[in-house]
Amino acid sequence: MKVKLRNPDREVELPGGRPIRDVLAELDVDADTVLVIRGGELVTRHEHVGEDDDLEIRPVISGGGT
Amino acid sequence: MKCKRCKEPAVVEVRRHNAAFCKTCFPEVFTEQVRKAIRRFEMFSPRDRILVAVSGGKDSLALWDVLLETGYDATGLYLGLGIGTYSDRSHDAAASFAVDRGAELRIVDLARDYGYDIPTAGRKGSRSTCAVCGLSKRYIFNKAAADGGFDVIATGHNLDDEAATLLGNTLRWNTEYIARQSPALPGCHGMVRKVKPLHRLSELETAAYAFLRGIDYVVEECPLVAGNTQLKYKAAMNTIEAASPGTKAQFFLGYLDRGMPLFAHAADPELAPCESCEQPTTGRFCAFCRARAQVLGERLDGVEHRAEDDRDLVRSLSDEVLPVEIFEGADP
Repeated sequence: MKVKLRNPDREVELPGGRPIRDVLAELDVDADTVLVIRGGELVTRHEHVGEDDDLEIRPVISGGGT
Repeated sequence: MKCKRCKEPAVVEVRRHNAAFCKTCFPEVFTEQVRKAIRRFEMFSPRDRILVAVSGGKDSLALWDVLLETGYDATGLYLGLGIGTYSDRSHDAAASFAVDRGAELRIVDLARDYGYDIPTAGRKGSRSTCAVCGLSKRYIFNKAAADGGFDVIATGHNLDDEAATLLGNTLRWNTEYIARQSPALPGCHGMVRKVKPLHRLSELETAAYAFLRGIDYVVEECPLVAGNTQLKYKAAMNTIEAASPGTKAQFFLGYLDRGMPLFAHAADPELAPCESCEQPTTGRFCAFCRARAQVLGERLDGVEHRAEDDRDLVRSLSDEVLPVEIFEGADP
């Protein structure tokens, strides 16, 4: 399974066949701080991902304020 | 996981409400929260002209989108900060959104209109990049709104922003800033009314709304933001939130309900026109004009630049003072 990470942009290969929350835990990412996008669709951390899925993990934290 | 409303597959989980929503219901829930914020703080009416401070990021574009969708008269204002390709992409995101929605976008460019950009100001000035950036934004938003005859300035500050700011102010017992951390600041003495309609919604929710609405926002972070104090407070709040969902909302929304009245103070500072630009200020020259003169190596009306002035300014605008706090302050 390909996982695209942002800020900075990079891609990692990880095993699928498990809930997204397990993928996030392996990456040490808090589920409340990212959008998870699979095949162009938003998914929750409870969804299972397959070996052939492409995921994007997109952070939502912005720091500057206005 | 099913949508709390319609039982279709959920795409967004809101842990603090122990709820999840599908791609159709979530934008409706989001919009209801914005409506609630506008109503509760009487932010504006459909007759008001709203100037939305638009950065090209998720929050400001989500805000502009929801205001346009709900029928408000909302014009965007983009400020070019001159931060290389990051600013280019931010401008393009804001401009594309405006074209797609048929909305008006006004543009101010720091380098073109004021003679400096943010990287230069960060290098040459006596304050941090984030501080001078926040100062420039607040000044220009207010000036553009006042000059353009707008009734109110709306910014995309979300629940995470506000909770982090309140945490920072509380850790320092900055009671004057705490007292003024309202989602709606009335206009007075040349200061245009300022509102934050997204203050009930988390960053995750604004990002999910933007994504589901097909908004092509800038995902990348400002390259100059590393080490920003507010990010540290956000990280601290997120650690607590992960262990105890709802803490951020209890902290900030609880403050609005029960804390803010305890910090109310009697007198607002006396404001008078800045002798250089005529924007309201508590001193002879406003913080923006002093900062700009320092960056450009100019003098204000023959007044020599004094080191002690800088120290005062740095004290009020240092990294330790978060952007939104300065926004709440009297000096634009």
